[in-house]
Amino acid sequence: MKGKDKDGRIEIRLAGEGGQGMILAGVILAEAAAIYDGKNVVQTQTYGPEARGGASKAEVVISDEPIDYPEVLHADVLVALSQEACDKYASNLKKDGLLIVDIDKVKRVPLTSAVKIPITRAAIESSGKAITANVVALGVLVGLTNVVSREAIEKAILARAPKGTEEMNYRALERGFAEAAALLAVKQKA
Amino acid sequence: MAKNEHTAYAYLRTTKKFPNIWCAGCGIGIVMGALIRAIDRIGLDKDDVAVVSGIGCSGRMPVYLDFNTMHTTHGRALAFATGLKLAQPKLHVIVVMGDGDALAIGGNHFIHAARRNIDLTAIVINNAIYGMTGGQYSPTTPLDMRAATAPYGHVEPPFPICELSIAAGATFVARSTVYHAIELDKLIEKAIRKVGFSVVEAVSYCHTTYGRMNKLGSSVDMMRMLKDHSITLAVAEKMMPEERAMKIVRGVLHDVDKPDYLTLYQKVIERAQATIDGKEFLRAGPGGLE
Amino acid sequence: MTVRLMQGNEAVGWGAIAAGCRFYAGYPITPSTEIAEMLSRELPKLGGIFIQMEDEIASLAACIGASAGGLKAMTATSGPGFSLMQEHIGYAAMAEVPCVIVNVQRLGPSTGQPTSPSQGDVMQARWGTHGDHPIIVLYPTSVPEAFELTVTAFNLAEKYRTPVILLMDEVVGHMRERFEAPPLEEVQVVDRMGTNVPPEWYKPFGDTIGDVPPMPSFGSGYRYHITGLYHDPMGYPTQRLDEINPWIERVQRKISNHLDDILMYQEENTEDANMVIVAYGATARSARHAMKLARQHRHHVGLVTLYTIWPFPEDVIQRIGRMARRVIVPEMNLGQLALEVERLVGRHKVIRVNRADGEMVSPQMILDAIEGR
Repeated sequence: MKGKDKDGRIEIRLAGEGGQGMILAGVILAEAAAIYDGKNVVQTQTYGPEARGGASKAEVVISDEPIDYPEVLHADVLVALSQEACDKYASNLKKDGLLIVDIDKVKRVPLTSAVKIPITRAAIESSGKAITANVVALGVLVGLTNVVSREAIEKAILARAPKGTEEMNYRALERGFAEAAALLAVKQKA
Repeated sequence: MAKNEHTAYAYLRTTKKFPNIWCAGCGIGIVMGALIRAIDRIGLDKDDVAVVSGIGCSGRMPVYLDFNTMHTTHGRALAFATGLKLAQPKLHVIVVMGDGDALAIGGNHFIHAARRNIDLTAIVINNAIYGMTGGQYSPTTPLDMRAATAPYGHVEPPFPICELSIAAGATFVARSTVYHAIELDKLIEKAIRKVGFSVVEAVSYCHTTYGRMNKLGSSVDMMRMLKDHSITLAVAEKMMPEERAMKIVRGVLHDVDKPDYLTLYQKVIERAQATIDGKEFLRAGPGGLE
Repeated sequence: MTVRLMQGNEAVGWGAIAAGCRFYAGYPITPSTEIAEMLSRELPKLGGIFIQMEDEIASLAACIGASAGGLKAMTATSGPGFSLMQEHIGYAAMAEVPCVIVNVQRLGPSTGQPTSPSQGDVMQARWGTHGDHPIIVLYPTSVPEAFELTVTAFNLAEKYRTPVILLMDEVVGHMRERFEAPPLEEVQVVDRMGTNVPPEWYKPFGDTIGDVPPMPSFGSGYRYHITGLYHDPMGYPTQRLDEINPWIERVQRKISNHLDDILMYQEENTEDANMVIVAYGATARSARHAMKLARQHRHHVGLVTLYTIWPFPEDVIQRIGRMARRVIVPEMNLGQLALEVERLVGRHKVIRVNRADGEMVSPQMILDAIEGR
């Protein structure tokens, strides 16, 4: 990925509707970086007053150096699981930043370079539950960017998964990685 | 009489704090005497008693008493007392308040202390007026009476302190007057002995403000009114409701048993500690708990 | 050492536990609620008390009562609740009862924006109560500092018998960061001074060496009086000027004579700086980011991060003022601590960088100020 600053600062934004688990995805990604990869990380969020619905956004800044400014300045990666999220944050991406959208939810995509994956559909197919869309998204994100190691994200997800849902979440993550691998294979051919 | 004087001296801060600030003829001193007699009769160690008050004439009571004493802010005495009781469960915490103190600015704290059923003894000295600030109407000022802020007569109905306490969850509720000093100390004694939130309404008067503004005469005249207008619960029970409503009903109005807050909170501690031993937990720290 | 990803509010809770806090009373309010939730879970494991009171006024009252009973006590809130607590911050100052008040600020005034950061309560923390009294206010910039400064807040409260306020930005309260937790037993903890004089000799508010009288707890055999009225050395109300003035002087002295112990700040690159940024809280992180960018562009920029904002560190700011051509004060408010800096270095030297719309001051805004845009 080209987005990395001189100090190794990577800025990731995960956005969607409340209830899609984007903040939890941010926490898991941050835990993968901090606990299992030993990096510096700051995770922040914004959300509306609603417990469900409304806009929700998590930000994760990962760096080898101490992190000063804690929020995203210009995102290296944006994962958008709703049209509103995509509309709101796509313009803040770095010039060569990576946009990942759920193609079933985001119909108007502002970048030709965007990665379009039916994330929620993939979640239902792989785990049987739409609520694992955030985990699929993490699989795609890490598969495409290696912002954290695969081992770290696996451990972080399993540590967070409620008892009895480990298998389900693992399958969702695998599916995300598979989607990323397929995309990379197509790119390499091209 | 000499014996009583002797009893009181053992509980008063005699070195500096007298004469007291109350008007000659005030009922607050009678409540203080009743409180001392009640504590003496139970035989509490002075170190094990705390008296907490709010603001107003009644708020000045603790300073004269040789206990652990706290003169807090207006209306908030019960909240301070709640913290103190939870930190030092062995203390018998007695909270002395006025009617404006307990029921206007402190009304929310009052009903929640009752609801929580925390083991405190609340004594509300009800003179139906804000005395210290010069006789403004309070939440217990009767309809049509005059006050410094009700020069044309009062138009708000009063709060019935005891009924409010019962509805809010107090386990022991009693009422007497400063004329019935001996009865008052017996009720305070029962209230202190009761585990749970107990309320004693001590009906008093303010001849200096309320009495003057309503032409009710001297403190002696007002004292006589307490005598003439009050009845025991036993008498009240035989009366018609309309007749009874005109009277001050004295006695134990409510006495039920239910677990107090600290007893129930002890269960919270037991459940929490069943998950992890406290000391081990301290060693493990933030990283070790999950 | 265990590495964890921890939220700022959670770190405050752990700091409190590490410092020996065994009593929490509070009322739910965004964005501070995680502190209450965390302590409702953890305190009973240690035999401590958590209680949710009927409002913020009662919450701080309960803390003061518990502190008089000998427990280290804390409450946490946000702007609207902090406004309600002012009455009892004043009481704690007057009665010299140690307690810690955490204010995770939100955008105000009034209900404002509950989940947006703001540094709007900086002056309220200093002057919010009626009357005149010193106060200690600490201000972390990160999750690890939220832990450390909570411990320090308790230590200072106990040592100086005073309320201590921990001001925090919403963004720090809610952010998660890597945190290496020290074993809690290794954290340096200060307990209030007790006494062994016979009870009849004890003066709860007497003039003592160090200006902080010892404070045995209620129920320990020392029966004394606490009041919010001006009081004599025994705690009894007084109107005598020869008792009021010594109290005022002693309570001022117990803070002003110990500034070396109380004032915490960090200087970076100030040796060669002709421009210095003075910042606190999350804004100090924007400032550090901006400073690094500016130094890449060969601007001689330094940074002073204030961890103690009250009492205000006058000496260091005066020294900076003598040295620097410009002093930049970025704040998430319309200019509050800038007033103090201006007082000390002169208004002509100060460049204020402000925003009060619930967004952080960006590094670019500070960089623009540095480059005179």
